[in-house]
Amino acid sequence: MAEERRQKLCSVILPTESMKAMAESVGVGSLQEDSCLALSEEVSYRIKEIAQDALKFMHHGKRRKLTTGDIDHALKLKNVEPLYGFQSQEFIPFRFASGGGRELHFYEEKEVDLSDIINTPLPRVPLDVSLKAHWLSIDGVQPAIPENPPPVPKEQQKTDSTEPLKAVKPGQEEEGSIQAKSQGASSAEVKGKEKMRMKPRSTHELSVEQQLYYKEITEACVGSCEAKRAEALQSIATDPGLYQMLPRFSTFISEGVRVNVVQNNLALLIYLMRMVKALMDNPTLYLEKYLHELIPAVVTCIVSKQLCLRPDVDNHWALRDFAARLMAQSCKTFSTTTNNIQSRITKTFTKALLDDKTQWTTRYGCIAGLAELGHDVIKTLIIPRLSVEGARIKAVMDGPVVSNIDKIGADHVQSLLLKHCASVVAKTRPLPDVVDQYKADYGYLGTLLCSHVVKARAQAAFQAQTVNRTTLTITQPRPTLSVSQSGLSASSGSRTPSIIKVPSSLTLMSTRPGTPTQPSPPATKYIVMATSAGAASTQQVITLSSSQSGSPVTNTVPSTPTSLQPLVKLESGNTGAVSGSRPLQKYIVVSLPSSSSSLENKGSGVLPSSTSPISMESAVKLERSESPAANTQSPH
Amino acid sequence: MAAVQDGPMELDAEKETKPEILSDGTSNLSGNTASGTLSSSPLTAAPAGAAPKMEDQQTLIAVLQFLKRNKLTESVDILRREAGLGEDQEALDGSGAGKGEGDGGDTNSLLSRVSMASAAAPQSTLTPMPVKSADQPDVSVVLSAYSQQGDPFLYKVYYSDLKNFIESVLDCHRAELSQLFYPLFVHMYLELVYNNNENEAKAFFEKFSGDQECYYQDDLRILCGLTKKEHLKGNEALLDFRTSRFVLRISRDSYQLLKRHLQERHNNQIWNIIQEHLYIDIFDGISRSKGQIDSMSGSLAGEAKREVNKIKVFYGLLKEPEIEVPLDDEDDEAENEEGKPKKKKTKKDSMGSKSKKQDPNAPQQNRIPLPELKDSDKLDKIMYMKESTKKIRLGPENLPSICFYTFLNAYQGLTAVDFTDDSSLLAGGFADSTVRVWSVTPKKLRKVKSAAELNLIDKESDDVLERIMDEKTASESKILYGHSGPVYGVSFSPDRNYLLSSSEDGTIRLWSLQTFTCLVGYKGHNYPVWDTQFSPFGYYFVSGGHDRVARLWATDHYQPLRIFAGHLADVTCTRFHPNSNYVATGSTDRTVRLWDVLNGNCVRIFTGHKGPIHSLAFSPNGKFLASGSTDGRVLLWDIGHGLMIGELKGHTDTIYALKFSRDGEILASGSMDNTVRLWDSMKAFDEVETDDFTAATGHIHLPDNSHELLLGTYHSKSTPVTHLHFTRRNLLLATGAYNSQ
Repeated sequence: MAEERRQKLCSVILPTESMKAMAESVGVGSLQEDSCLALSEEVSYRIKEIAQDALKFMHHGKRRKLTTGDIDHALKLKNVEPLYGFQSQEFIPFRFASGGGRELHFYEEKEVDLSDIINTPLPRVPLDVSLKAHWLSIDGVQPAIPENPPPVPKEQQKTDSTEPLKAVKPGQEEEGSIQAKSQGASSAEVKGKEKMRMKPRSTHELSVEQQLYYKEITEACVGSCEAKRAEALQSIATDPGLYQMLPRFSTFISEGVRVNVVQNNLALLIYLMRMVKALMDNPTLYLEKYLHELIPAVVTCIVSKQLCLRPDVDNHWALRDFAARLMAQSCKTFSTTTNNIQSRITKTFTKALLDDKTQWTTRYGCIAGLAELGHDVIKTLIIPRLSVEGARIKAVMDGPVVSNIDKIGADHVQSLLLKHCASVVAKTRPLPDVVDQYKADYGYLGTLLCSHVVKARAQAAFQAQTVNRTTLTITQPRPTLSVSQSGLSASSGSRTPSIIKVPSSLTLMSTRPGTPTQPSPPATKYIVMATSAGAASTQQVITLSSSQSGSPVTNTVPSTPTSLQPLVKLESGNTGAVSGSRPLQKYIVVSLPSSSSSLENKGSGVLPSSTSPISMESAVKLERSESPAANTQSPH
Repeated sequence: MAAVQDGPMELDAEKETKPEILSDGTSNLSGNTASGTLSSSPLTAAPAGAAPKMEDQQTLIAVLQFLKRNKLTESVDILRREAGLGEDQEALDGSGAGKGEGDGGDTNSLLSRVSMASAAAPQSTLTPMPVKSADQPDVSVVLSAYSQQGDPFLYKVYYSDLKNFIESVLDCHRAELSQLFYPLFVHMYLELVYNNNENEAKAFFEKFSGDQECYYQDDLRILCGLTKKEHLKGNEALLDFRTSRFVLRISRDSYQLLKRHLQERHNNQIWNIIQEHLYIDIFDGISRSKGQIDSMSGSLAGEAKREVNKIKVFYGLLKEPEIEVPLDDEDDEAENEEGKPKKKKTKKDSMGSKSKKQDPNAPQQNRIPLPELKDSDKLDKIMYMKESTKKIRLGPENLPSICFYTFLNAYQGLTAVDFTDDSSLLAGGFADSTVRVWSVTPKKLRKVKSAAELNLIDKESDDVLERIMDEKTASESKILYGHSGPVYGVSFSPDRNYLLSSSEDGTIRLWSLQTFTCLVGYKGHNYPVWDTQFSPFGYYFVSGGHDRVARLWATDHYQPLRIFAGHLADVTCTRFHPNSNYVATGSTDRTVRLWDVLNGNCVRIFTGHKGPIHSLAFSPNGKFLASGSTDGRVLLWDIGHGLMIGELKGHTDTIYALKFSRDGEILASGSMDNTVRLWDSMKAFDEVETDDFTAATGHIHLPDNSHELLLGTYHSKSTPVTHLHFTRRNLLLATGAYNSQ
């Protein structure tokens, strides 16, 4: 301590070279060493004095940071004219230069063209000071509202979960021992250990308010009212005070998944996955402790053989995609060298993928799960498998008709593979793209892959050109998407990463029930989605989205030639055209709004910065809009 | 010889009992000049009883004789001039000394001493002398106190000698004597700097600065920058350090011990500093413990002298004026559904009777003239009483709710906040020189119409007061422009008609909340005005600023009525006592002072803070004072006894806001560390035993029970708490500006 202090307090003076440099800058040529020394001592002292005065102003300004204004005021105290020109800047960009054995820090003053300043649009006027009131405490208890900091900071949650021994505090230790006693722990030794290990937080008792909240939230999350669900999810994603309820939520989710997988209740599975997403989005929660419950649930939703009652029509693919993205996100956030989540998950997926007997659904899930983990994983684990998978797909497609389900499954797997692999191949494989070579390298899928890669390259080039413009023409943030669109089904539409909580999508939904597509759907709420997906044997469905993204794909529905149009308009136009042309295309509407709305969002610059996942969200949106109708039509 | 010897002896005897500075400058000077060389000599086996003064004289004469013998006439002249010794006096003394030489065993030692001194003389004693004499006229008198010259190389030796001594004494004395380290260190350092021994000063600083108590850190930082004599002139803080004497409180035993040691070792350098620059307040009884000392030390000028805090302070509250309250009808109106106006009335009566009783500690009702109550004031008092009947009784079991008003988008920097007593208005001072007033009730802020429009109003109508208000421009907030620097203090008048603001531009402005214009600019401070506050009765207000004085003003005088001078550094915060007869000020010199408004005297000095004080609060009953500083501690003071009675530790940054609840049970503190904390002030006040002994000596032993007193900590989201206010119903309002970084 004393050492430290002494170091801090030793008096520092400016080097004499600084004096020389400054003297030169004002035209005094040769300054003697003695004068320099005297000057630097004096200057250093005065600077210190001013800094000490400036500190007073900082204290009275109730700040922690010394500003240039403080220095000005301190100078004013000494009757010195303040330094002009340093006021507005948050930090002063001193630059460093050296040369000729000298080192200089200087303030660069750039020449500014006045016309530039005049011509640039005015910045936004800063908002005026305003007052906002909230409860910091009610009768001595701090309410857990967004205005207040979270009761247990995330950092502490993290240390609690990673180093439980350290986190135990004296007061809580007692709590632990009391519990141990009440549980009737047998020997004293065990008790002692338990005392140490005991998790400090009260996972046991929730206040009445919290119980009510928990009940409301869980009911809303799996209930039928979409508006309520949205609110509930919003609350889960933002409220800072959920820490104590976290174990309950995680149990709720894992149990819910377990039950609903058995019952093949796709809707509930979707709801539960959305809850997982909301929990992960909450910046105040640290989920590490609950991964053992959450990850199995999520993985179940990715690879389960059957997730819905009617696998031929229901769009369980979207759920798999969504869950795969959740998985990837949790791998990214929580994988450490100790828990090895990512490698364990990868192993699981790969094992299933390598198994010949794996069903198409599971196969799809495995590939989706792996693909979400990033390009490296695709490159090392999926691309080598392309030819094998291609053969398998070929067997189903070209071979004797086994079952419709297998065909659909194979179809999905194919599009998924193409979508993910194309971008990676485009990046890694050198030009030129020769179809025969592709065939040789990748087998059955080679031809398609080649065309996809070409498209991906074109897209990338196109993006590179337009990327700087903030106009609406930029459609796809990820090359994968553009590629996928040509041949692929609704999943591609739902894959677009964006947040769809935009009014436009809502209006869209309201318009939809009126369209002629409505009558078609069968059984469940999410059917609409399912029909589109299930029947979506490529081209017809895709058209719209592809035309939107600017890729000139295939026949049907070229009704919207321009890349972007107001969503609603687009939709109505399409539905009209579609329903007119083919009866099959009812479902288009369904897959479209998601993709188109998401595209719309993207175009309008609302783009999410992360590639976080929301296919589900979009799927869910759709299904939400459907739900009232579906409910009435077919009580599930 | 005898005559010469007697004089200094007497002086010395006096010094022992009454440690006062020697007023006789010249003799002092001459004596000290040689003292350094003398005590430096390793052969000082001088007679134990001989006083340093006498020896100095002798040595000086011996040196002169030596010089003469060696034909160094110039040096002799200089030395003689310097020492102020006449030719004849020297002869006289010389013969005296000669006689002395003849008759005692002293002779050898004296001679050897002389030779040692002469060896040192050319380098250390003589060379600086011309400099000193040349500088003497144009350096202030204050500085000249340092002109004494010892051997700069030996300062370290003196200091470490003393250090060794203090470290070796018994534990009970060590803590007390350790107090000497810091002031001695500072004075020795300054002395070295003053005498242009820059390198020695730096070495001295480096060697010993680490030993100082950590709470002197800030001062040491200032000191370490001071390495030149020229710097001393401009530095106000250090000028204060030299002019005012550092006060130490030491028990008689410890003091005797110290004195004996210094005399034995002839450590005159240190002895002189103690004599000249320190005030040692000696008391009889058991010496204090380290904890006791630490709790009281820390201020720029040591502890308060005991006498200072003995003056009687009338801390009681003034009698409430009799207001005939039209209770019944109003109560019926407001409370008819509750149906208990009757019960209330009895309560009110009891309250009334309590206030009728004259508090023995209260000042005379007319001790200072107070403004007459206006009708509107009476109405407000009635409102207040009604509100206070609905007041929540707070306590450890019953904590207040806190409503936090966050200032958003306050990029310019929020610097000061105040609420009106009825919590209807909120004023914020900003670093961009504006003052903004908000209405925190649904009632909007209206200003009086312009003169032209006022002419059109029917002045006879009953609701003329309503009519003069301009409905069109009513808004939730108004901005007051006028200052030319950051606004560091705002205060509402109790009648809510005026607002005061103090600013960096050195002015205090009085604003009308009827017209929302500036009425008066009070000039006088010249430097930034850090704080201002209205008296609880209105009319008077107090301000404190960088010029180190607090001023008392009346709204209708453009010059201050009183100037409270005494702080050694900036006056950072000012608060009126609830009875308006006293003013408390907190300062950067780390003391809190209480001033009597009637005569301008300083009646209390509270030391113990280790950092600048940024917040003060009186308890509603006027008995206690709480102060918060940059060190994150709140200290509680008993005004009547002049004692520290509590220390509340917990905050980790500067405390900018302190407030007692309306009944004084809870103390709320708000800090830069983004927390509001609630403390059990009742418990803190009750637990202190103020028996006669502690009251007499001022030695308080503080229980370290902060965590027991802490009732709650409430974190805000990166919003430093700048102001706290209890509404009349004991709801706590807190404010702060959200800081997005």
